[in-house]
Amino acid sequence: MNRPNSAENQPATDANSQPDSANQAAEIPSPLLGSCPLPIFQHKNIVLGHGSGGKLTAELINKVFLPAFTNPILDKLDDQAVLQINGSRLAFTTDSFVVTPIFFPGGDIGTLAINGTVNDLAMSGARPLYLAAAFILEEGLAAEDLRRVVDSMGTAACAAQVQLVTGDTKVVNRGKGDKIFITTTGIGIIERPVDISASRARPGDKILLSGFIGDHGMAIMSQRENLEFEGAIESDCASLHGLVDAMLDACDTIGANQSEHPIHCLRDPTRGGVATTLNEITSQSKVGMFLRESSIPVRESVRGACEILGLDPLYVANEGKLVAIVAPEAADSVLQQMRNHALGQNAMIIGEVISEHPGMVRMETGVGGTRILDVMFGEQLPRIC
Amino acid sequence: MKYLDEYRDSRIARKVVDEIRRVQTKPWVIMEVCGGQTHSIVRNGIDDLLPNGVELVHGPGCPVCVTPLEMIDKAHAIARRPDVIFCSFGDMLRVPGSEGDLFTIKSEGGDVRVVYSPLDCIKIAQANPDKKVVFFAIGFETTAPANAMLAWRARQDGLKNVSLLVSHVLVPPALAAILQSPQNRVQGFLGPGHVCAVMGYEEYEPISARFHVPIVITGFEPLDILQGTLMTIRQLETERGEVENQYSRILGRDGNKPAQKLVFQVFQIGDRKWRGIGTIPKSGYHLRPEFAEHDAEKLFDVAQIDTRESEICISGEILRGIKKPKDCPAFGTLCTPQSPLGATMVSAEGACAAYYAYGRHLKKNESVDIPVHSVGGVA
Repeated sequence: MNRPNSAENQPATDANSQPDSANQAAEIPSPLLGSCPLPIFQHKNIVLGHGSGGKLTAELINKVFLPAFTNPILDKLDDQAVLQINGSRLAFTTDSFVVTPIFFPGGDIGTLAINGTVNDLAMSGARPLYLAAAFILEEGLAAEDLRRVVDSMGTAACAAQVQLVTGDTKVVNRGKGDKIFITTTGIGIIERPVDISASRARPGDKILLSGFIGDHGMAIMSQRENLEFEGAIESDCASLHGLVDAMLDACDTIGANQSEHPIHCLRDPTRGGVATTLNEITSQSKVGMFLRESSIPVRESVRGACEILGLDPLYVANEGKLVAIVAPEAADSVLQQMRNHALGQNAMIIGEVISEHPGMVRMETGVGGTRILDVMFGEQLPRIC
Repeated sequence: MKYLDEYRDSRIARKVVDEIRRVQTKPWVIMEVCGGQTHSIVRNGIDDLLPNGVELVHGPGCPVCVTPLEMIDKAHAIARRPDVIFCSFGDMLRVPGSEGDLFTIKSEGGDVRVVYSPLDCIKIAQANPDKKVVFFAIGFETTAPANAMLAWRARQDGLKNVSLLVSHVLVPPALAAILQSPQNRVQGFLGPGHVCAVMGYEEYEPISARFHVPIVITGFEPLDILQGTLMTIRQLETERGEVENQYSRILGRDGNKPAQKLVFQVFQIGDRKWRGIGTIPKSGYHLRPEFAEHDAEKLFDVAQIDTRESEICISGEILRGIKKPKDCPAFGTLCTPQSPLGATMVSAEGACAAYYAYGRHLKKNESVDIPVHSVGGVA
């Protein structure tokens, strides 16, 4: 249930549920007569775009999941829940991993399953502690493939200094799954006086990006579509809690005031890419953003592949990058600390948070114009022209 | 990156814009014909760089936008069949027909696949001999050679389970239709670079001469578009109406002769319906009779499908540059990118979709004449 777009979090009479809609057949009846009707969900069936991280995913969350489960912790819609328990602050999150192919340059579904959940914990400033893993295996999966995936998980967990302490396995009939689906759930402890949330960006803050974007998405796509590019593009899949730790250390050394920690938001821009993540932050923080395209690092190979397919790297998934929204006075120290870390060597300040046009991300293009970075509707599709 | 960065240089862009400012003495309306050019303009913020008096109007050259609703309904009827593997270029998947889009059909069990090249269908057909593989052959002259190659190969290799649902349209008849309209506002064209890479630009010369209108065949990178705009304005300011070639690094007057030969072996010219515009005589390709056994419209029972478009929608006038999205009563209310009524709201490149995004820019007091549902509610 990660990464919704709260811009869609509107009452049932919003622009998307005008009475014009021809396919309102899936209207969900209200369980209580006389209470507010539940929001109208316009699709009869789930389509792939509901898993894209874009507007359709947000619609699913806002119109189907939130009404059923609403509570103050969930309603924050951060990538992890922060729980106050007996004076401790715990971060808690879960993520499911489905990827084709399961092995790809730079990683496999196992490394993704560990790093993805570790990163969601790390984005709250937590130290990841324990993971649970649930496997859904398809009948006929090669045992050797499962061993490889599990070995990768062990190695990734070791590198991330987390322990996998509980789990579950189910096997489904051939054709009822796609080789292997993994769900990991994680818990971590927030030991520092931080308050990091997508709702805390404020005008004047700097937007920091930890390195090259689009590597993971293009690595998968070039494998999936059998596109042969010169020099394989490798996934950037990595655990980011070490980098986050270094960034928080930088703030400690500049004597950050406890009530006003300078790191306001952290997000790992996975599916939907940097553009989607920044749009979510502008919506949740009710601010605008202005970026400079020339500061956004994109590898030549990724840029080339995106040009050929008509895709925009700003909307392509990353699995080892983070975006940080940092108070201006601390931005340079945090940037320096990121660049000293192996996973942040190519970090850049890519723009600023502004008070104008709340909910919208604008960008100065390489050629000197400006454009809006909108939220994707569903899947990013290769263009015909 | 070589061959890209040279054409995106902001210093050179500024110089070209300065030159446009220097040359331009009055307001001009210029239409960029191609969807690819519109995409580049929006993505690079080029309209933002141009002086106020230069108005770029998005033309009819977005193949996704102009594919008629009736043809999309035919595609959907075929894609729903359990014996069919339906193959399409990616961006057609989200285009809504009368009921849902190809994604919906996929979610209901239809076998819908995105291909990067029409020839991918050959491999799919060989791997699935018990299935009928149908390719949605849409687009302008640019995609025609590759689409023609699929039909030619299918016939050559005797692949009886490969067919094409053809909805091919041609640029020159559309330009003539725009210029003939009494309400026409367009004074010059950025001509279609990739279409002319195939066809050359000889066929634009009679149009330019007849209507005394500048047609500058233009590429797709930011500097191409700025230079094409400058060349068009120079012609307008000096009262010339000629065909010029900005995209000379790619194409010449004759185009690609072998590609043209293949296209005419497979296709013949006939009338075509355009979404939002209606039927334009001799404005598209149809498969020649000798390819009848690869013609999906003949193989599947879809001839009776005849869908009417929304009567409220004014996308035809928008595609011809006569009206602006804000002139439409349905804009942003009944018609949104999520539930588009017409061509120009369908594709991200369409003028209405671009305005919808642009409308989010506006301050409250400016939103009066562009009714847009911006983030957070009704503007």
